[in-house]
Amino acid sequence: MKLTTSLRDAAQRVDECVWQIGPEAKPGMLVPARIYASGTLLEQMDDGVFEQVTNVACLPGIVRASLCMPDGHWGYGFPIGGVAAFQADTGVISPGGIGFDINCGMRLIRTNLTEDQVRPRLSDLIAALFESVPSGVGAQGFVRLSPAEFREVMVQGAGWCVARGYGWPEDLAHIEGRGALPGADPDQVSDRAMERGRQQLGTLGSGNHYLEIQTVRPGAIADAHAARVLGIEGPGQVLIMLHCGSRGFGHQVGTDYLKIFDRAMKTYGIRVRDRELACAPFRSPEGQAYFGAMTAAANTAFANRQVITHRIRKVFERVFSREARGLGLEVVYDVCHNTAKLERHVVDGRKLELVVHRKGATRAFGPGGPDVPDDYREIGQPVIIGGSMETGSALLVGTARAMAETWGSTAHGSGRTMSRTQAKRRVWGETLMQEMAQRGIIVRAASKSGVAEEAGFAYKDLSEVVETLRRVDLSRPVVMLTPIGNIKG
Amino acid sequence: MGDYRFLDDVALADCAVEIEGQSLDDLFETGAAALARLMVDPATLPITTERAIVLEAPELDMLLYDWLSELIFLKDRDGQVFPHARARVTGEGPYRLDADVRGGTIDREHTALGADPKAVTFHQFSLHFADGRWRARVIIDI
Repeated sequence: MKLTTSLRDAAQRVDECVWQIGPEAKPGMLVPARIYASGTLLEQMDDGVFEQVTNVACLPGIVRASLCMPDGHWGYGFPIGGVAAFQADTGVISPGGIGFDINCGMRLIRTNLTEDQVRPRLSDLIAALFESVPSGVGAQGFVRLSPAEFREVMVQGAGWCVARGYGWPEDLAHIEGRGALPGADPDQVSDRAMERGRQQLGTLGSGNHYLEIQTVRPGAIADAHAARVLGIEGPGQVLIMLHCGSRGFGHQVGTDYLKIFDRAMKTYGIRVRDRELACAPFRSPEGQAYFGAMTAAANTAFANRQVITHRIRKVFERVFSREARGLGLEVVYDVCHNTAKLERHVVDGRKLELVVHRKGATRAFGPGGPDVPDDYREIGQPVIIGGSMETGSALLVGTARAMAETWGSTAHGSGRTMSRTQAKRRVWGETLMQEMAQRGIIVRAASKSGVAEEAGFAYKDLSEVVETLRRVDLSRPVVMLTPIGNIKG
Repeated sequence: MGDYRFLDDVALADCAVEIEGQSLDDLFETGAAALARLMVDPATLPITTERAIVLEAPELDMLLYDWLSELIFLKDRDGQVFPHARARVTGEGPYRLDADVRGGTIDREHTALGADPKAVTFHQFSLHFADGRWRARVIIDI
């Protein structure tokens, strides 16, 4: 994307890893745009990021600044890595600030197992997980829901699953919002969305979604105390990471409301710089209907990850001939990175109710807050950042500075530097799988071309993202996790 | 049959495609082929199903949006992909599409799978007539 005037050049360094584009840079900007990035990461960001983060700064009711996290890259509407808060009473809500994959998110599960114990059975484990957790285009889940049950899932989220034996009661305390966000309204969901998503509970999806077996390498723990609090004992421990969302149900909610908002903008006299930023006042009938439907989709995504967790536990029990509780398969945390939530934050000394949009950005509440689980309150809310399937992922915790500056938000991944088409041109999926197997990472994938699209070279360096977050104090690193097995759609 | 090509360097995590057709009908048919190619290798998809699709929209570009969205919907609801389409676009606002599509159910043993599209986005979404051809640009969320 070539900019007619260089918004990139307009970015002024205001702190070591903070860049600001003033409202004078583009007509219509109501607030500045702020990008959190090291010099290296800023250089790697495509021009689309600068265009999009300044477009968001033009939306009605935006508070303080339009933000972009260090993993930012060109998306649609908001940049991926975009964060923006709008006053609930005077601002807007925009599906383009959430994405079609509503409550796409991460879940981390610990185990008592070590890599030495898992490695001899890793191939069997990956094969069994691949069979048990359907993935890829056209996959259907194992939970059969009546329309009435699906409506219950929309409101109760992960709790619905636990009540039916798909999980443990204590799982809920370690899920953002206890796995059921308030405000879900099934009446605002279309029949098409119901039809599209009802058979997909318990499916992984494709693209960058995955289920990964990971381990802690020597030297990977950055904060031993926080790691212990989170159930990370030390090098060699095996963990399981899950990345997926609300599947076709959420995608259809997004599609339905994008069209509704496209029309509603005429009613409310709102003009936007990118049609994908279609929005409506949060308190309008359209805004409230979308919030109810979107929250229903978010809760369904929590249920999806919960049902998959159940399946993972069953597979581990079978492969290791021990009960999942004995294997210590406890949920470390489950966190969204595509949502809009009603939150109260301090603005100019006053607590305001804000609609906080996070698109490819993770909530990162600092220590002490009531929304942080009791057992984690002293260290802050866990933040799970997925990297590429070759290089690994990171577990961090939220900070007070994130609360003060970014509405308690941080990065969500390492961020792409290369399109999917370019990546496929550079490597064959099967070749990459063989190379990874030689390095000790076993991959099973529904789509071989999908593996090539997710090659490590298509992503930024995760350690650079994590180090940037540490330097700007938006999150505190706890441990880096290295993949040993991966299942993809 | 028109042409389509997937674009580099646009919306990195998603899929941008340019579609061209000699007529509107051709463009809609080519759009279906491009979308199917994104999802599967059509050579590995058993062609067993025919279906009629009728859509109406107030604007022409919204008819294209609804057409591609409908094909994505059918992929999730029925597990079916439709690489072949005969399309007839009529009207001058509102516009109407009468399409007959041919395809089949994804056979997970034999069908080579591609991406799992989530939705058609409005980002850079365009449909216009230029240099004697209909042209569209569509970014699909993957």
